[in-house]
Amino acid sequence: MTRFSKSRSSKPEQEARGGGAAMRVIVPLQGVVQGRGGLVLGSIIPCVLFYFLQLYLKRNRNDADSENEQNPGGPNTTTRSSSSGQLPELDAIPRSLSRALLSPKSPSGPVSVSARANGIVKGGAESPYNVGLKRVKEDPYDELANPNGVIQLGLAENKLSLDLVNEWLVENAREALLAGGGELGISGIATYQPFDRLMEFKVAVAEFMSQVMEKVVSFNPNQIVLTAGATPAIEILSFCLADSGNAFLVPTPYYPGFDRDVKWRTGVEIIPVPCRSADNFNISITALDRAFIQAKKRGLKVRGIIVSNPSNPVGNLLSQETLYSLLDFAREKNIHIVSNEILAGSTHGSEEFVSMAEIINQEDLDRNRVHIVYGLSKDLSLPGFRVGVIYSFNNEVLAAAKKLARFSSISAPTQRLLISMLSDTKFVQKFIKVNRERLQKMYVKFVAGLKRLGIECTKSNGGFYCWADMSGLISSYSEKGELELWDKLLNIAKINVTPGSSCHCIEPGWFRFCFSTLTEKDIPVVMERIQKVSEICKSRS
Amino acid sequence: MAVLDIEQPNSAPLSTVAISNTHGEDSPFFAGWKAYNENPYDELNNPSGVIQMGLAENQVSFDMVEKYVEEHSEESSWGKGAPGFRENALFQDYHGLKSFRQAMAGFMEEIRGGRAKFDPDKIVITAGATAANELLTFILADPGDALLIPTPYYPGFDRDLSWRTGVNIIPIHCDSKSNFQVTPEAMEAAYKKAESMNTKVKGILITNPSNPLGATIQRSVMEQILDFAIRKNIHLVSDEIYSGSTFSSTEFISIAEILEARKYREAERVHIVYSLSKDLGLPGFRVGTIYSYNDRVVTTARRMSSFTLISSQTQHLLACMLSNKEFTQNYITTNRERLQKRYEMIINGLRSARIECLKGNAGLFCWMNLSPLLEENTKEGELALWDIILNEVRLNISPGSSCHCSEPGWFRVCFANMSEQTLEVALRRIHDFVEERKKGKLN
Repeated sequence: MTRFSKSRSSKPEQEARGGGAAMRVIVPLQGVVQGRGGLVLGSIIPCVLFYFLQLYLKRNRNDADSENEQNPGGPNTTTRSSSSGQLPELDAIPRSLSRALLSPKSPSGPVSVSARANGIVKGGAESPYNVGLKRVKEDPYDELANPNGVIQLGLAENKLSLDLVNEWLVENAREALLAGGGELGISGIATYQPFDRLMEFKVAVAEFMSQVMEKVVSFNPNQIVLTAGATPAIEILSFCLADSGNAFLVPTPYYPGFDRDVKWRTGVEIIPVPCRSADNFNISITALDRAFIQAKKRGLKVRGIIVSNPSNPVGNLLSQETLYSLLDFAREKNIHIVSNEILAGSTHGSEEFVSMAEIINQEDLDRNRVHIVYGLSKDLSLPGFRVGVIYSFNNEVLAAAKKLARFSSISAPTQRLLISMLSDTKFVQKFIKVNRERLQKMYVKFVAGLKRLGIECTKSNGGFYCWADMSGLISSYSEKGELELWDKLLNIAKINVTPGSSCHCIEPGWFRFCFSTLTEKDIPVVMERIQKVSEICKSRS
Repeated sequence: MAVLDIEQPNSAPLSTVAISNTHGEDSPFFAGWKAYNENPYDELNNPSGVIQMGLAENQVSFDMVEKYVEEHSEESSWGKGAPGFRENALFQDYHGLKSFRQAMAGFMEEIRGGRAKFDPDKIVITAGATAANELLTFILADPGDALLIPTPYYPGFDRDLSWRTGVNIIPIHCDSKSNFQVTPEAMEAAYKKAESMNTKVKGILITNPSNPLGATIQRSVMEQILDFAIRKNIHLVSDEIYSGSTFSSTEFISIAEILEARKYREAERVHIVYSLSKDLGLPGFRVGTIYSYNDRVVTTARRMSSFTLISSQTQHLLACMLSNKEFTQNYITTNRERLQKRYEMIINGLRSARIECLKGNAGLFCWMNLSPLLEENTKEGELALWDIILNEVRLNISPGSSCHCSEPGWFRVCFANMSEQTLEVALRRIHDFVEERKKGKLN
């Protein structure tokens, strides 16, 4: 990664050295040729220079080695192939930061942390995503207490139906936690559990997934591995399906968290596959193919595709046709498909959701390449409880994921509580229905509000957000222009939204607005504030 | 749809991580678990089954936790706390609930008799100590680097610290001559070994009190270990997961105390791992923490903990429980007494069978010396004996070789994960076995 940019900067140094050194070699050599006693100098000087060159290279290589991500288990002597040096995603790593922390050779210097720890991916503390979150935390909007605070539209959390869950807990939680002695009582949940979770919980989750996807497909609890949230689910799959240095194809724009989940500790790369507004940001197999071929040319081995369905940030549903095409593509290239379906229960449009699980069945030869990620953070509004799902048809992946789940395990009392909640079919059905209705209502209102301001959104069928085209308001059609607008929205309009560049969108000016953290009353407030900024932008152009 | 094409492979390949066996689950440590699962002892239903003595779980004090949860159930279920719930359900901040961190810091101070102070802002939450150890390894070392660990050590480290991280473990060999305590010579030897393998050592990881020894590390040895880390400019990770399971309140010296005495000089290389799985007998809750004196490590660990957060519901419950001083003081004292009682019971029982153990003062197990019973004084001899004990005596104990002990014949025996009656049955079986073995040798 940084080795690529490093060699760029060390070159001129070397050249300068080389230039000066060259003269110091040539002159004595001339002396040698002309027999003027330059023989000694002529032989010593090159040797000395050579020695210093080796020393310089060795020191640099040591530094570079500790920054490179190696294949697990290998001794720290090999270097990465040059073809893997071009990694657009990691350009933004603050090199100076990492160099400062590489251990100086003297013991009196500070003790260093690993290059892996230093290689915090693009989207570190200064990314718009994090800056925005911080601002909201410091100055949160409250209708009564802080009406001028920052309104949160950058976090895909669903507060719309939290009251339903709350109600259930108030009525049922105590029993749910303590009911019965033995296995399900408190002593049962305190002891060590199988790391991939209580079977009963898996059964309840499988059933919930089926209900959420309208019972078109049933999920087998034995194909489930539960993890502490969808974040580790994605990471575990990345560890299982690819080696360090390999890559996944991911259509853009994509959820900013993938940069962390897929890449950070695994050493796996993401190759963004651009989708365009002209296609309504739908996936194009041609683009996938092109990206695959380009990767191959660069010596990057593609191990799979990661898609989100419904997609984040756009909110598209993948059609059955698209799913089949993806499967064909994956089969042709012999790669995996990871389908992130964490928002399957949060669809609100007229289109029907189709899971990857629907087009794969038990006899299917391709089943070994399909893996689904799910979780309760979105559809059930319980991100704090940390419940994620890996659902795979591949027994080897399941076996490995089960063991890896020990590093990201779900707390037993939480499992116990949720078993009760998820088995309450009446509650689940009511929740899914009401939640969808509320999402649709908010979506329609919000999109209409933006439309009145002249801001169009793509047609979305799922998720907690809308994907808005604000390119008309940016001063220059570039990432810079987009970030300037984002800044105005945050600091003048005081709303936190997610700029398309954080999601790797190649077309500037798109923004993600999450409306599920609002109440209906908040919408006019938001629109008013956007209008303020909109007027400022228009008056400037 | 899918056309049957026999030539084309229909399985995309998996990664080396997925197919490697670095998870270590083929070792005797786990084989014993399997045997137990297939034929578990039950006082009434299966009195001749395998007694599990290979699981370091604390069940002697669980009644106190149970009582607490039952009396304070609203803390875990928000019976009254509607606003509390809202924040809780949505709370996925990797900083962790402040109240939880404060409670943990306070609890850790209590365990150390107030001899060390802990700052809640230096605490990072993880879903168990397993995750904490792996996370620290990711942060402190790169693939191919090494951590030095004194033997014998917890078999799970081979998996937890190496599997995904690609970091190597280089053992620091300790033997019975020094009561298995670390010596500077042993540390130097391990460091030199790493150098000869062209491997960079990034840290030393100790478990204090030790698993599997069941003994605390002496103060002088701790000082030597810290000095060694300073000399080599490496990190020191102190896994103090059994700190609340010492039999006395004064014999355990935490690295935190030593740092305080040194006015926190060189503290930025020290990191402590803690968990509630052992001391509170709540392994199912998945509660672990990293305490680091290094701000950069804290910041990075916090971000990385996104992969392994503790359920907010659990954080909330434990925040209440651990800040209840009446509960914690009573628990810590009573737990210590009961563990000591158990320890004495097993030591005396083993002694009457002429089996000696390493002098222990902490933990949920003892380190038993069965070398007089070995046919041959080798690892194979030890495993042969282990096999007999598992399948004939039907006790699952952990052979020292799975803990990388360099001397054959030592075994770890857990005593806190069963009732007193079961322990008696186990002791009787051992007694009978040793008698028979002696008779067999005389014949």
